[in-house]
Amino acid sequence: MLKRGNVHPVLATVLKRLGLGLFTWLMVSVIIFASITMLPGDFTEAVLGQAATKETIVAFRKELGLDQPAIVRYGEWLLGVAQGDFGTSFSGRAASGQDRSRLVMDLVAPRLQNTLFLAGITAIIAVPLALFLGLTTALYRNSLYDRIVNAVALTTISMPEFFLAYILILLLASLWPILPSLANVNTEMALPERLIRIALPAMSLTLVIIAHMMRMTRAAVINLLALPYVEMARLKGATRTAVIMKHVLPNAWAPIATVIAFNLAYLVVGVVVVEVVFVYPGIGQLMVDAVTSRDIPVVQACALIFAVTYILLNLIADIIGIITNPRLLHPR
Amino acid sequence: MNNNSQAYSATAEVASVRLRRSRWDRARVTLGKAPRSAWFGMIVFAIYLFIALFAPWLAPFDETQVFVTPFASWDATHWFGTDQIGRDVLSRLIYGARNTMGIALATTLLSFAIGGSLGIMAAINRRLLDQILSRSVDVLMAIPSLIFSLMLLSIFGSSIPNLIIIIAVLDSTRVFRLTRAVAINVVVMDYVEAARLRGDGLWWIMRHEILPNITPPLIAEFGLRFCFVFLTIAALSFLGLGIQPPTADWGSMVRENANLIQFAQFDIKAGLTPLLPAGAIALLTIAVNFIVDWFLHQTSGLRDDH
Repeated sequence: MLKRGNVHPVLATVLKRLGLGLFTWLMVSVIIFASITMLPGDFTEAVLGQAATKETIVAFRKELGLDQPAIVRYGEWLLGVAQGDFGTSFSGRAASGQDRSRLVMDLVAPRLQNTLFLAGITAIIAVPLALFLGLTTALYRNSLYDRIVNAVALTTISMPEFFLAYILILLLASLWPILPSLANVNTEMALPERLIRIALPAMSLTLVIIAHMMRMTRAAVINLLALPYVEMARLKGATRTAVIMKHVLPNAWAPIATVIAFNLAYLVVGVVVVEVVFVYPGIGQLMVDAVTSRDIPVVQACALIFAVTYILLNLIADIIGIITNPRLLHPR
Repeated sequence: MNNNSQAYSATAEVASVRLRRSRWDRARVTLGKAPRSAWFGMIVFAIYLFIALFAPWLAPFDETQVFVTPFASWDATHWFGTDQIGRDVLSRLIYGARNTMGIALATTLLSFAIGGSLGIMAAINRRLLDQILSRSVDVLMAIPSLIFSLMLLSIFGSSIPNLIIIIAVLDSTRVFRLTRAVAINVVVMDYVEAARLRGDGLWWIMRHEILPNITPPLIAEFGLRFCFVFLTIAALSFLGLGIQPPTADWGSMVRENANLIQFAQFDIKAGLTPLLPAGAIALLTIAVNFIVDWFLHQTSGLRDDH
């Protein structure tokens, strides 16, 4: 049992950060919820069509809870969301009051799985590759290898995602058709088949996020290489690899971990554009479709999922930064 | 002295030292020392600017003029062919420079007007105002801006004024953070204190005491934010939710001509058509990044020779 006042300073900082994260999440949910109340007053007509009868409109307004004060609706909505219930989609409703709409959760759940699959595969490729490139460019800095890798990284940073994606399609799917340009996966497919289908989207996403991670790793390692204790290690005869692995890396983990988590959060946004390019049935595509048809409950659900992932990853980055800081771990 | 103009005059020489270089001279000296990457950036940007300003005179056809053959291949009349309903791609590229850059510039200016003034205000008034603004900015920044703008566009509908306002407000959070951070260091200076004692108003202090001292980082940030806004608008247009047809815009042009890419095996030029607007976007961001890099290097006082 931890007594108050006896709490480890790291734990205290982590708890504080968690509390702040929870607060941010709550505020974000308020903003996302408020979006539906900011809709213009006649949106029931827009959803149900011009010919909607008065009874249908009243019933629809009642279903959305528009006859209750906003604060009550927010409470109910939050309670629903906590149980995985995002309400029902706007699409599939007719003026006659016939209701063929689907639960938002049924729309979102399979798409979310697909997106997590794509993002997961990308992370598995991108993170080790970025670390390897960052370390080697730091070791052989100012060499031809370093300059080439850096130039490529700088170029990919300043390009829009869809440009990279279309260049890959042009080269690998159109001119030399080795990979499929459409990433239409479904759950019946075997894993190797799915992997081939998502090869191009995963490659585009990797290119998008790898540059930042690699450059930050390189910068963090180079900063440390200039310190006296590294020179000491070298003078006592440690090999290059030993210096990097045993002396530099332990101190570089905090900034590297932060930048990895931050870039995985960036992946969340990049995934939207890339999914649309490759017509991948993921949550990003779903959100874009929902925005086009102004299907607000689906938009809310997608926005909430994106925001929660983003906040969570940033939170993890912060916490890793705190717990890998040796000065906090061993207080005087 | 009059009869011999060749005579040595100490006053003349000393006086000439005290002659200050004019702004123009100083600009020329700095530009002469600019690295090649910065020159590349500036030349590319100048070309873009020229195309954007004189679009109606440069473009062979109007941006909305429709010709008989859709997806025509590259030839003498239509240098880059025509798009899915038969509009000239080159003309749309040229008009696109004007529309896309204009909207991005307007958005960045608005975002700096909002974020910059609120940032300086928060730096001056460190109590309640600063707390409220900083906390709300924290919350706004916790939602990825592309997702947030998608959500807001679904509510307010996507028209050009909505697009500008939504992205400017979301982007101003970043400007606010930076402005507040640099302005706080200036606010504590004695001359600001003196201005306050003199009884100068908030606006005067912001405009005449603080703003001139935080301009260099803000200009660099302006370049970076312009790139970011430009890419966000391009991404939104590409998703079909930004600038709406028939207005020519690079992001939506990529989307409209994307199908052509599968014919690259038979006609490489057709396959390149959708990459032209995408490449135009990429080239501009790279050029602006080069200029900003050089500008930051200049104003940070870092020199190569050390």
